[in-house]
Amino acid sequence: MDGQLVNSLRSILLLVGLLCFVGICFWAYGRQARAGFDEAAQLPLADDDLPARPAEKEGMTNG
Amino acid sequence: MQSQATYNYKVVRQFAIMTVVWGIVGMLVGVIVAAQLIWPELNVHEFLHFGRLRPLHTNAVIFAFGGCALFATSFYVVQRTCHTRLFAPGLASFVFWGWQLIIVAAAVTLPLGITTGKEYAELEWPIDIAIAVVWVAYAVVFFGTVATRKVSHIYVANWFYGAFIIAVALLHIVNSVEIPVSLFKSYSAYAGVQDAMVQWWYGHNAVGFFLTAGFLGMMYYFVPKQADRPIYSYRLSVVHFWALIFTYMWAGPHHLHYTALPDWAQSVGMLFSLILLAPSWGGMINGIMTLSGAWHKLRTDPILKFMVTSLSFYGMSTFEGPMMSVKTVNALSHYTDWTVGHVHSGALGWVALISIGSVYFLLPRLYGKTEMYSTKLVNTHFWVATVGIVLYIASMWIAGVMQGLYWRAVNPDGTLTYAFVEGVKATYPLWTIRLVGGALFLVGMLIMFYNMLKTIAGERAYNAPIVAPAAAHA
Repeated sequence: MDGQLVNSLRSILLLVGLLCFVGICFWAYGRQARAGFDEAAQLPLADDDLPARPAEKEGMTNG
Repeated sequence: MQSQATYNYKVVRQFAIMTVVWGIVGMLVGVIVAAQLIWPELNVHEFLHFGRLRPLHTNAVIFAFGGCALFATSFYVVQRTCHTRLFAPGLASFVFWGWQLIIVAAAVTLPLGITTGKEYAELEWPIDIAIAVVWVAYAVVFFGTVATRKVSHIYVANWFYGAFIIAVALLHIVNSVEIPVSLFKSYSAYAGVQDAMVQWWYGHNAVGFFLTAGFLGMMYYFVPKQADRPIYSYRLSVVHFWALIFTYMWAGPHHLHYTALPDWAQSVGMLFSLILLAPSWGGMINGIMTLSGAWHKLRTDPILKFMVTSLSFYGMSTFEGPMMSVKTVNALSHYTDWTVGHVHSGALGWVALISIGSVYFLLPRLYGKTEMYSTKLVNTHFWVATVGIVLYIASMWIAGVMQGLYWRAVNPDGTLTYAFVEGVKATYPLWTIRLVGGALFLVGMLIMFYNMLKTIAGERAYNAPIVAPAAAHA
């Protein structure tokens, strides 16, 4: 392929990548995304992963 | 309720235990090679020569210790945050046994001198193929679990783990394109400076995606969990993720400053390395600020100490890295022990401490308990390890800068002021301090091993029941 064209495509790709990133920043800090993010941030915390007290332990296996 | 569906903790348990075991093995080899630099007579046999043990050390700590920690935590995190059992459990088992076999193959072939000679990619072509197969299986299990999730959102930790899995597959396959000439020897398909560039595109992104993105996945789950607070800023974590993805791939050329690599490519590598400071510190601040309002927990919780200290070292080494990529700084630092100090500030300080903290978090839960056998020993481990790291990196900084100055000193007539061996001689005391630091870190791992055995002794393996997602997420 024409070397000039390849170089132009490289520059265009770089620009598209940059615009993409700027877009992501605006989206992430936009008002719309906020509620979803607040909910997502709670994902690990809303999940109680400590086993129940020994007497009521469930799901014991030898695996 | 024996019939209740449970998470697959088995593969997590296997990888978590092997993290500690391989950590001890890899770090022991590190201590041996550090001693060989001080006492060359320790190079007793060609199989145990420094030149063969050093790649064994790096492969063992990165891919065996670090790898097992990443497998264990990613399989745990993806199940818990997706509220679903691991996809294709048989394949997950294959990943575990396949990876252990690869580690053993590395431990046999490297001392025998079977190597491609590419740093961090030394393993020969049959093992390379095995790695690719196991890695694809890993990707199927991980992304299969994400695809079958019971919540709509994919938690940020999984994004980091996912990027790590995809990028490592890409890097490994591209850099391992080689022409076999016999069962144990192959030659790279690339030649000259292209080979060097492909190698360091691989090498630096192994740091960026294996040793950073994967462990950031760990950070984004285990720090909030252990601090019992949501991540400081979820939106920052999104920007952090994409900034890392867009930037890291370009930083590799900084390993080839002042070489045959075109000057402009070196400058691009330097520029992108400097830009990397921003997302790295964004992530570090995000992790540390998660503790705001919960700082008092650091007084009593040694696991949290591991995690916060790891973030501090992450911040330090991601400041140091961009500085060292500046060509004029690199002119002094490259090929000296400063690089070794920098790598260990990241490897011991960041990667190992966050892994150790996460494994301490996991172990009791995997055996139906709420805490380790001895929290006091976890605290001892923390201090022994931290003092070890400080001794290690401080001595290597001094050694590195000193070596750089020895090498560049010239007399008025243009001849070198010092013979190379004079720099070597001056480094002995600092290598000795480094050996003490590394040995302390190893002692910490042995304490962890004892604590782990005591925690799981007599306990039955436990698989937690799958928790339905909270109503809001359903």
